[in-house]
Amino acid sequence: MSARSETLLWVAQRASAGLLALCVTVHLATILYAVQGGLTGAEILGRTRGNPAWAAFYTMFVLAAAVHAPIGLRTVLAEWFGWRGRARDFALIAFAVVLAGLGLRAVSTVFA
Amino acid sequence: MSRRLAYAHRLSGIALAVFLPVHFWVLSRALELDAFLAWTEQPAVKLAEWGLVTLLALHLAGGLRVLALEFLPWRNWAKGLAAGAAAFALAAGLAFALAL
Amino acid sequence: MSATLHVKVWRGGADGAFQEFEVPRRESQTVLDVVTHIQRALDPTLAYRYACRVGMCGSCAMTVNGAARWTCRTHVDKVANKGELTIAPLRNLPVIRDLVTDMREFFDKWARAAGQFRGARTRADDFARVSPQSAERVQADAAIECIGCAVCYASCDVLARLPEYLGPAALNRAWTLVNDVRDAAQAERLRAVAGDAGSLSCHTHMSCTERCPKNISPTAGIAGLKRAVARAALAGEL
Repeated sequence: MSARSETLLWVAQRASAGLLALCVTVHLATILYAVQGGLTGAEILGRTRGNPAWAAFYTMFVLAAAVHAPIGLRTVLAEWFGWRGRARDFALIAFAVVLAGLGLRAVSTVFA
Repeated sequence: MSRRLAYAHRLSGIALAVFLPVHFWVLSRALELDAFLAWTEQPAVKLAEWGLVTLLALHLAGGLRVLALEFLPWRNWAKGLAAGAAAFALAAGLAFALAL
Repeated sequence: MSATLHVKVWRGGADGAFQEFEVPRRESQTVLDVVTHIQRALDPTLAYRYACRVGMCGSCAMTVNGAARWTCRTHVDKVANKGELTIAPLRNLPVIRDLVTDMREFFDKWARAAGQFRGARTRADDFARVSPQSAERVQADAAIECIGCAVCYASCDVLARLPEYLGPAALNRAWTLVNDVRDAAQAERLRAVAGDAGSLSCHTHMSCTERCPKNISPTAGIAGLKRAVARAALAGEL
């Protein structure tokens, strides 16, 4: 991969990290609030269903994670497992697509 | 300290990447959510949940350390960042344990 | 203070082993004094490097009780563990013999990181005027006192995994030149420090910054290079 592409991946990693820092903070606070007094499916869905603001927030969260995780794994695979090259990159693109797909499906179920 | 936190950041990142697809899959089967939530009442699963939330907090803290080092003007506090990040992760893990 | 130090010294090449010596303990003794005593009084075949003995030349760095250090300015008091010292060659560099490493790759990387100054003026031009207070000069000043001892290089975790990584010293040098307003080869330098082996591979473990005997923070300079490389990539100039 060219130096420019490598650098743009680094930029995407940091940009998604900045977004995720915000999302994860909100998510952690929500978890801490929600688990008090136990969880039920109805309670969770009652809070989430038909709430476009939360749906938009979690859509952004899912997409940022789908960008962030594969780029991080890319470095780990190279440094710890010696796996570099195109096969690795295609595998990671597939992982990104699966992650985004599963995540968006979850968002549509929980928030629709 | 920085070095240990960097490894913790990497390991928690790998764990989250593995966990995320499972998390999404469970959520997208919302109709069975109650059966799943009943399952999560088991102590071992509770412990695993606590682990995941702590990992998320740890990965967040480790990531904020990296972003601060890379994007903020260099100051002498840079060497103390790792300790602050570790403390944050610990606090988040503790808060979740208390809230459970 | 016990009367003698128990010292283990690396002997041979990469497949060598530690040899043990008893060295008399002295006041204000440095690790380099210990090694010199062994070579002069106990075993004249011991190979090691030093020159200035006062922390200027950067030639005497070794691994002392597990950490890379400049041995001429490291007091035994500070590092001996219950009267024991283990002295080995620097990590991340090929061992030639005993405590001497082959530093060619270390210095070749300075060249590969475009670590040479490339001016555009001729002797007919006037002096360049750089204010000591200018932002660039302040950045360069913070990084310029490197003595090339390779302590940072030997301490770097990334290099242990990625041998082609340019390393903290070469990147620190490139950073001083990125901040040299007289230099005319900036685009080329950013290309040299981008990519797989360049600044973006730094994981900010900060081992280099914690170990540098001159209190330079290569991590800070490398972060500056990352931002410069990212800006160039976004502008399509890489």
